[in-house]
Amino acid sequence: MSCVTCEKTMSSNEPGAPSPDAAVAPRAIVAGHGDFAAGLVSAVQQITGRGSQLIPVSVLKLSVEDIENLLRTRMQEANVRVIFTDLQAGSCTMASRRILRGMDDAVLIAGTNLPILLDFVFAEGRTAPEAARHAAERGRAAITVHGAGSGPATGTGA
Amino acid sequence: MTLELYRIDDRLIHGQVVVGWGQPLDIDFIVLVDDTVATSDWEQELYRMGVPPEMDVYFHTAANAIPAIPKYRADSRRGLLLTGDIATMRQLTVGAGVTVVNVGGIHSRADRTQRLRYVFLAPDEEKALRDLAANGVAITAQDVPGARPVSLDDLLAGNEP
Repeated sequence: MSCVTCEKTMSSNEPGAPSPDAAVAPRAIVAGHGDFAAGLVSAVQQITGRGSQLIPVSVLKLSVEDIENLLRTRMQEANVRVIFTDLQAGSCTMASRRILRGMDDAVLIAGTNLPILLDFVFAEGRTAPEAARHAAERGRAAITVHGAGSGPATGTGA
Repeated sequence: MTLELYRIDDRLIHGQVVVGWGQPLDIDFIVLVDDTVATSDWEQELYRMGVPPEMDVYFHTAANAIPAIPKYRADSRRGLLLTGDIATMRQLTVGAGVTVVNVGGIHSRADRTQRLRYVFLAPDEEKALRDLAANGVAITAQDVPGARPVSLDDLLAGNEP
């Protein structure tokens, strides 16, 4: 497939493609190690055109206190109640859990993958926390294993 | 086995520790020495949830870590000891004979100057590291096992490998 074909596939001129108006106000923060957040949000934007629903946050060089302050500030600025993070043990997850302590209307999803975010940005009929919980289940189910040792379904035979 | 690593890391238990060091060193338990965490059930639960179920975490203040460290060194499993700051580790070098220290992460703060990508130091922290070295403690900076250890001289000079 040529690059031109790739660009055409991603264009908004085809039936079913996201409209240019798909951009809406932010509904969640994405945070994690390195460029995890920017990479995932970039992928969501490329696939759906709805990347503006997600605020990517990088925490390189920051102390635990500064990570917490940064995430709290971003949440307040954008008035969002959902945070997606990468690792259960990650600093962003730890900081988010401190922020969400006592916030009954907020949700943290740790272990975020691309299918989770794709489901989330299309679930506009739900509140953001509801959409996040639903997306987490979809993302969990989206993990598949192929190839050697995967059983009869792989077609390798017994 | 023994305590495989004595690490200063202001993020305490996080990805680099649990995955980055924990897996290659085959760590079975973490000793977290921090006066604040050791006196907060909520903080302890937060950190416990960050490690896999097969990994144990033990919490101590600096004072009660000192008599407990020999027991951890004699443990048949592999362990890793964490402090969140230099001052706490300094107490352990004096009280529990820690002789090799890994500086794994001291992050940006208003009174600190950047030395490495992951190490920022205030003047009193630099002095504390120099004092430790003068007392025979081997200090290197290394964020992950695959990185080259940075000597104290290079760390203080800001020579990133």
